[in-house]
Amino acid sequence: MADFLQQVVSGLASGGIYGSLALALVLIHRATGVINFAQGEMATFSTYILWTLTANHGWPYWPAFAVTLLVSFAGGIGIHELVIRPVERGSVLRIVIVTIGLLLLINGAMTWIWTGEVRYVQGPFPTRTIDVGGVAVSLQDIGTIAVSIGTVGLLWLFFQFTKVGLAMRAAAVNPAEARLVGVRVTWMLGLGWGLAAVLGAVSGMLTAPSAILDPTMMQVVLIYAFAAAVLGGIDSPVGAVVGGLLIGVGLNLLGAYVDFIGSALQLPAALAIILIVLMVRPAGIFGRREVKKI
Amino acid sequence: MRTRRSTLRALGLFAALAAVVVVLPHFVSDFRAQQFAYVGIYLTALIGLNVLTGYTGQISLGHGAFMAVGGYTTAILMADHGVKDVWTIPIAAAVAGVAGLLFGLPAGRLSGLYLALATFAIAVATPTVIKRFDGLTGGGSGINLFGKPELTASLTPVESFGLKLSFNNWLYALSWTVALIAYVLAWLLLRGRTGRAFRAVRDSETAAVSSGVNLALYKTLAFGVSAAFAGAAGALFAIATTFVNPDTFPVSLSIFLLVGVVVGGLGSLAGLIAGAVFIQFMPLWAQSVSSSPGAPTVVYGVILILVMFVLPGGFAGLLGRLESLTRRGYDRSRGS
Repeated sequence: MADFLQQVVSGLASGGIYGSLALALVLIHRATGVINFAQGEMATFSTYILWTLTANHGWPYWPAFAVTLLVSFAGGIGIHELVIRPVERGSVLRIVIVTIGLLLLINGAMTWIWTGEVRYVQGPFPTRTIDVGGVAVSLQDIGTIAVSIGTVGLLWLFFQFTKVGLAMRAAAVNPAEARLVGVRVTWMLGLGWGLAAVLGAVSGMLTAPSAILDPTMMQVVLIYAFAAAVLGGIDSPVGAVVGGLLIGVGLNLLGAYVDFIGSALQLPAALAIILIVLMVRPAGIFGRREVKKI
Repeated sequence: MRTRRSTLRALGLFAALAAVVVVLPHFVSDFRAQQFAYVGIYLTALIGLNVLTGYTGQISLGHGAFMAVGGYTTAILMADHGVKDVWTIPIAAAVAGVAGLLFGLPAGRLSGLYLALATFAIAVATPTVIKRFDGLTGGGSGINLFGKPELTASLTPVESFGLKLSFNNWLYALSWTVALIAYVLAWLLLRGRTGRAFRAVRDSETAAVSSGVNLALYKTLAFGVSAAFAGAAGALFAIATTFVNPDTFPVSLSIFLLVGVVVGGLGSLAGLIAGAVFIQFMPLWAQSVSSSPGAPTVVYGVILILVMFVLPGGFAGLLGRLESLTRRGYDRSRGS
């Protein structure tokens, strides 16, 4: 039982990471109507900024963390302004190809700037475990859960209780009418990209201590985030987080207790989840079915 | 008379292209012939993807997986069953086509981005699945075809029509023959009732259903047909590389196929050729701009984004615009 609970906690930790990245995907999907295939590379790029500040310039962790978030936020807005806005009114296919171009661009830029050599990021939390009612829980897992859930919580407060948050929701739901009541829709969409970049940065920085940092670090995490977003419903922010936690815990338990899957088949298992959810309930757990007018 | 004129034009274009294809190897080196052979292979796959994405409007990020099915069918038939390489191509197409139909059955219920994600999942899972069934596929070490007697012209040049063809020249002839056959087949399929149904599905699924188009049937059919073309391309790919392993068909192949079909421009043969040329030569060109690590990928990404900015309809859209400009000029000079 203790072992089971331990697996659940560490599953929740990775689930928090998947949830943050999934939420980034959902934000952009609501704002721009596409899946951002470059989200993983954007997160890895942010993590490299953290690495440069802490390892190269000797900054303490948390100031570097905060600066990385700010730079990512500006970067997200910049990407929207320079790359996405010119094609925003075009076909979905065109925007998808542009995000793929962005993926290649950022991936190559990371190799160019930081070389492909692996780097190690020191986490802010101690790796030792503490004893909670007979269950050994790693402090790193607790910290990861706290930071990811904390970020998501702050974002929820922002969307629910601020005027800008309300305007952003309006811009996503109905751009034309939002514009009529004076919402600057383009700014709001840019802000959405900025916040998505921040969420991605959080997920990247939380992934790094238990992984190795190289330009492909977040590619697998992005697949899990896709699975999380699809499971929760690609339009639902709550769904993305719940989906992330379910995927994190589910995969961890499958890997630990089902020999056939082990650690080698976790990725195909996540893909199978994507396919099954899409077949059975394309809108996901919290999503709404699309209704089309002709 | 519009249809007849466009049919004549298509035939003329086709004949001109076939002539270029036949003459070209006499003017280029053996190495170039190999590169152009790959263009022919990508063209075959793009013709298939165009049936799905251009005509039915469904995005596939997983066509590399169907190429893998075709490639492995060819490799297994040649290595284990002694089938001559040319004859494995139709079989590979058929097997991949069946795989496409099977995937198309459930996928027919999905549209737009959901389908893109589902097919992407297939592409990502493919290498792992290939490794899992190592009894059939040779696992991570793959299947080697080099030096096998089933591989035409690999050791000694073949003679045909009084010409001595090196392996690369033979490869070139083979891949472009398949590509041209694929084009004719696609053209025959798309010009009539089926093509109309596909386009109706693309323009509005709801309207198509109301007009009596069987949505599930045509979506599944488009998937099957398109996968069959990808399977033939995969078979050629296996023959050309004389080797298959799980990394022969990576996720990036699926992505580059979609890139090719969009950059080239959906719908026209000239556009698809441009897309195939883009897939084959753009990475090489990016390499020549700067070879410091990572830089070619940056160049490729930037060019991809710029092409989408400047040419919303891909190269085919550009050609279309040029054509309408010259026609307008011509009409004006005749005073009409």
